[in-house]
Amino acid sequence: MSNEENTMLGITIAGIKMKTPVMTASGTFGFGLEYKDFVDLNKIGAVVVKGTTLLPRHGNQGRRIAETPAGMLNSIGLENPGVNEFLSGILPHLNAYDVPIIVNISGNTVEEYGELAALLNASGVDGLELNISCPNVKEGGIAFGTNCDSASAVVRQVKKNTDLPVIVKLSPNVTDIVAMAQSVEDAGADAISLINTLLGMSIDIHKWRPVLGNVVGGLSGPAVKPIAVRMVWQVAQSVKVPVIGMGGIVTAEDAVEFMLAGATAVAVGTANFINPCAAQTVAEGIESYIRQRGLSHVRELVGKVNI
Amino acid sequence: MPKMVVEARIVRNTEIGVNVKELVLYAPEIAAQAVPGQFLHVRVSDSYHPLLRRPLSISDADRQAGTISTIYRVVGQGTACLAALTSEDSVNCMGPLGNGFALQSQRPLLVGGGMGLAPLLFLAGALCPHPIEILMGGRTREEMFWADMFHGKCDAIHITTDDGTLGSCGVTLDVLPEVLKNGAFDLIYTCGPRIMMEGVAKVAKKHNIPCQVSLEDYMACGIGGCLSCTCAGKNGTRKKVCSDGPVFWAQEVMA
Ligand SMILES: Cc1cc2nc3c(=O)[nH]c(=O)nc-3n(C[C@H](O)[C@H](O)[C@H](O)COP(=O)(O)OP(=O)(O)OC[C@H]3O[C@@H](n4cnc5c(N)ncnc54)[C@H](O)[C@@H]3O)c2cc1C
Ligand SMILES: Cc1cc2nc3c(=O)[nH]c(=O)nc-3n(C[C@H](O)[C@H](O)[C@H](O)COP(=O)(O)O)c2cc1C
Repeated sequence: MSNEENTMLGITIAGIKMKTPVMTASGTFGFGLEYKDFVDLNKIGAVVVKGTTLLPRHGNQGRRIAETPAGMLNSIGLENPGVNEFLSGILPHLNAYDVPIIVNISGNTVEEYGELAALLNASGVDGLELNISCPNVKEGGIAFGTNCDSASAVVRQVKKNTDLPVIVKLSPNVTDIVAMAQSVEDAGADAISLINTLLGMSIDIHKWRPVLGNVVGGLSGPAVKPIAVRMVWQVAQSVKVPVIGMGGIVTAEDAVEFMLAGATAVAVGTANFINPCAAQTVAEGIESYIRQRGLSHVRELVGKVNI
Repeated sequence: MPKMVVEARIVRNTEIGVNVKELVLYAPEIAAQAVPGQFLHVRVSDSYHPLLRRPLSISDADRQAGTISTIYRVVGQGTACLAALTSEDSVNCMGPLGNGFALQSQRPLLVGGGMGLAPLLFLAGALCPHPIEILMGGRTREEMFWADMFHGKCDAIHITTDDGTLGSCGVTLDVLPEVLKNGAFDLIYTCGPRIMMEGVAKVAKKHNIPCQVSLEDYMACGIGGCLSCTCAGKNGTRKKVCSDGPVFWAQEVMA
């Protein structure tokens, strides 16, 4: 299949050509290779890999996930093998597939984001996604994503250090999502993705203790979808750069909702845990939907909600 | 060996103990590949509540019949959903996941506690015809329906119950030294509560007997993608219980 826009699903977002508008959400799809028995990696819009940091991280202590009604909390704490291991040990295997690779990065300081961007300005990487919003990591992260100035500083630093398209991933844990989106756009973001997880908490009423070792964690899954759709809708109207929507997408119908709200592309996250080929089935479902509606290309859905 | 996801018809889902059921699924592709120690990741309902799959050890695989079995205790919402299903239903099932036990032992000792006995049942079948001994523990007589299931598969069965209603009163670790004195085992396989496995691993190390443990942790994807279930390995390495395990050599993951 050609990845040009002459197919019904092919799109280009911030210069990244994708065969379908359905990507995988960072942290829910490992480095992609873990899923290769279940899904044809060549048929995914883009693989967004697990949040990567300068140095390896062991992540948080204690229990890391808790199931909640139609959702889950996680406090993985950005466990990952570090950027060097990613580049030398993982990326070459991923590049055996014909799929864009987007690296989700996270730093403790503005400078760290810049360093990561420079290291990843390598062949085989198709784009960067800046996780300025992970609510799990005590040393930073949250501060960047909830403050317009520090978020902009991260974006500028990254842009200085890379030629790759830069996607900025917003945290929903803010009062004014539009202000955040406009700040990162002004700072040079090539695309905006949202939403990351919503900060939540579960308590074990038998033990009178938090369920998660980290006390609080990020909520994801179908439970967050209406919030995510609302935020995508608000952001898409207020910025010029393309928006990648995510948060609770399980079915093609969910994905269509995000596109009608204004998302050019979408990502499936928690759904990968329920259906390991979700990224493929959602894309196929979108194609059927487009045909049924008598449309010729997925872009005809973007932002078309009638208010 | 490729892992897969299948819609598996339920052959039967029957009560075999108090709050414990055996689920037999028709899944020939999984049955053909499954080895003892591997697990299934089962979607217990089509709804979003519960949302996540449930990991369950494979307790038997019958290649001829194309079936795989799992034995589970009803402990919460997910297992209650599963318990309500009948042979009219099917379940969506990923498998066979994880790595199994090393099967090279000629003189194995199995040490299991509670639901940890489920994978050991499959293991005992695979280690036949070598002489197998098993040491099993549970809370009370009612829980020890396991003894009947291991009969015919094992040459010697040692039982402990916390309340002494069957076998020796106490826990497996109380009896382990005695069992080790009377047999020249070349490998100890253990699955059950963490504290039991740690104790077994320690004793095995003291006796210079290689030991394999089967770990359990909260997991979402079951295939190494979400990093929910990682633990510390030797020399600062990280191990994923779902995809590097759940079976490990004890010294890989225990001090
Ligand atoms: C590799 C592996 C093999 C297993 N094999 C068996 C088996 O053969 N027989 C058996 O009875 N049980 C087994 N378990 C435990 C079984 O997965 C849990 O009892 C089950 O998930 C409980 O679900 P629930 O909804 O009924 O309970 P709830 O407590 O309501 O579950 C809430 C959440 O916690 C998770 N969870 C709860 N207990 C455990 C646990 N002990 N381990 C991992 N996750 C848990 C659930 O999956 C769910 O996401 C195994 C666990 C693992 C990791
Ligand atoms: C287990 C888990 C790990 C995650 N790790 C990351 C991460 O490393 N970086 C990141 O930007 N987002 C991470 N996320 C957030 C997801 O990428 C996504 O934004 C969020 O889960 C909402 O989508 P969903 O409801 O489809 O899962 C993680 C989510 C989960 C559930």
